[in-house]
Amino acid sequence: MKEKLVTAIADMNEDEAFSLVQAMLDAGEDPQLILDASSQAMSVVGQRFDEKEYYLPELIIAGEMMQRIGDMVKPKLRSQAAQPLKHGKVVIGTVAGDIHDIGKDVVSFMLDVNGFEVHDLGVDVPPEVFVAKIREVNPDIVGMSGFLTLGFDQMKRTVDAIRTSGLRDRVKIMIGGAIMDEQAAEYAGADAYGRDAAAAVKLAKSWTA
Amino acid sequence: MTEKSPEELYNERQARVLAAAKCQQPDRIPVFGPFQKYPYQFGGITFKQAMNDYALARAACHKFLDYFQPDVDFGPIFAYPAKAMETIGWKAFKWPGHGLADDVMYQYIDSEYMTADEYDEFVYDPSGFMFGKWAPRQFTALQGFAQLPPWRRFMWTGWMNIGAIAGPEMQETFSLLTKFAGEINEWWGHQVQYWGELKEKGYPLAFAAWDWPPFDIIGDTLRGTRNILADMRRRPSKLHDALEVATKIFIEYGSGAAGAPLPFTWTWVHKSTREFMSDAQFKEFYWPYLRKGLMALIDKGIIPVIYWEADFESRLEHIADIPAGKIIYHLSNTNFERAWDVLGGQVCLMGNVPNVMLLGGTPDDVKAYCKRIIDYTKGKPGLIMDAAVMLDEAKPENLKAMFDFTREYGVYR
Repeated sequence: MKEKLVTAIADMNEDEAFSLVQAMLDAGEDPQLILDASSQAMSVVGQRFDEKEYYLPELIIAGEMMQRIGDMVKPKLRSQAAQPLKHGKVVIGTVAGDIHDIGKDVVSFMLDVNGFEVHDLGVDVPPEVFVAKIREVNPDIVGMSGFLTLGFDQMKRTVDAIRTSGLRDRVKIMIGGAIMDEQAAEYAGADAYGRDAAAAVKLAKSWTA
Repeated sequence: MTEKSPEELYNERQARVLAAAKCQQPDRIPVFGPFQKYPYQFGGITFKQAMNDYALARAACHKFLDYFQPDVDFGPIFAYPAKAMETIGWKAFKWPGHGLADDVMYQYIDSEYMTADEYDEFVYDPSGFMFGKWAPRQFTALQGFAQLPPWRRFMWTGWMNIGAIAGPEMQETFSLLTKFAGEINEWWGHQVQYWGELKEKGYPLAFAAWDWPPFDIIGDTLRGTRNILADMRRRPSKLHDALEVATKIFIEYGSGAAGAPLPFTWTWVHKSTREFMSDAQFKEFYWPYLRKGLMALIDKGIIPVIYWEADFESRLEHIADIPAGKIIYHLSNTNFERAWDVLGGQVCLMGNVPNVMLLGGTPDDVKAYCKRIIDYTKGKPGLIMDAAVMLDEAKPENLKAMFDFTREYGVYR
């Protein structure tokens, strides 16, 4: 049944996936097994996104399936399962003044399914909030997202704040967003620009290898 | 040499821009764009001031116009009226002083304003749905509309139900609407005044209508981005039914440009960039409806200007399927050379000087970029120079370089 569940989720068969989860719970299966199957399916989804078989619609549906399966399984979980070892930590957010979240959410999702511990600060995140979170969780990577052109200056301000706090050397910084490019990364003082979520994962992996 | 009169300048600019739009040869490459927040920055006021003091916004636009002299101009249309928005209680927007800092562009709150099980209701009677359900969800002042029976039920002896309009919720809505009407009319007054002043100075107005692709009408206005993208998989036939209706709305909206001196319908594309959907999804849900709508507008003598937000490189071959010389494609960060290879000479291309260059580069960087794209066209017409994205921030000397260099180097010989 576990393999069937992986396939159902990965193939976007929502109704089948939820009935399988329910059947597994009713049969007294270990809830952890269901969660493992879900993460395995998410890796397949991530891979298909990488290979341009899946796009945003599939990531959105996959994310919603994960949420619902989590809600179904959680009450039955006896103890907190041991977290698998992560590749590295990422602090991510949309920069101050900008309330767009879709691009950032896709990157968070892809980093998560690729084994990174993601601390998502949400949207309209001021430089000082980035700095405070970096102090708190000591990430390897900081990701800044921006859809609007005000992002050029806000990213620069954020990088400057990280620098003046003495944290710049401890983190790699990547930026992304519809109108961002290498020149924007240079302007902001970031280390790299990622064209899309797959590029962000590639960058993150190269920095934590 | 005698100076040209404003009327001569107007005609010259109009002819230049129209020729470029039709991929015919003008005297030189036109240069203008939907400069959004930048004119206010240049004019020394915050965006909050521009949204609250309409005369101040108009003055800033004049200062911008006189200095840069774009071939055609938008005026203060992007500085939406804050007071009117407060009064009507626009819940789907944040703006300076209303959830955002003083000098930030207003932004839309992407959310679900029509649930999945309301598709049929929308398709059956779009106006009824917009009036009775959508409007109260978007505007606090329009709660009263939710109490009204749909207008279609006023048929025959249905007039006996019209009394509902005088109910207590509607009274409150009417009183707010009266206040709103005063405020919005004041704002429109300044817009119209600017258009007159623009003409007196010898400039045509850059737009005659606004529009959104059918997919974005449903996606932006009703379902929200996440939901509409998932709907392509979850309920494709409902979405197709709604897109048929939205195509008619698209044509209705865009038709306002018919007969205008520059019959430009600016069409803002939001949700079809590369990661948002596959090519197959684009070909099924996005392009056919948009294309059908565009063809209807073209038949009315309208020139649609499609603002392809983000990177459309992977879609260029699909969107080439449009008659020659009838449409303008505004490129954001789509690779210009690739776009010209596929579309050049057939579709007028507009854009795409990088905004980060206009902000952080030098005048020489800007000139070099403009030279690169002008040279690439090898004297073939069908190019309009503009920033890649609606301009909010720039160094004035960089923007000036884009204008001056294009005017000088972009002459067709």
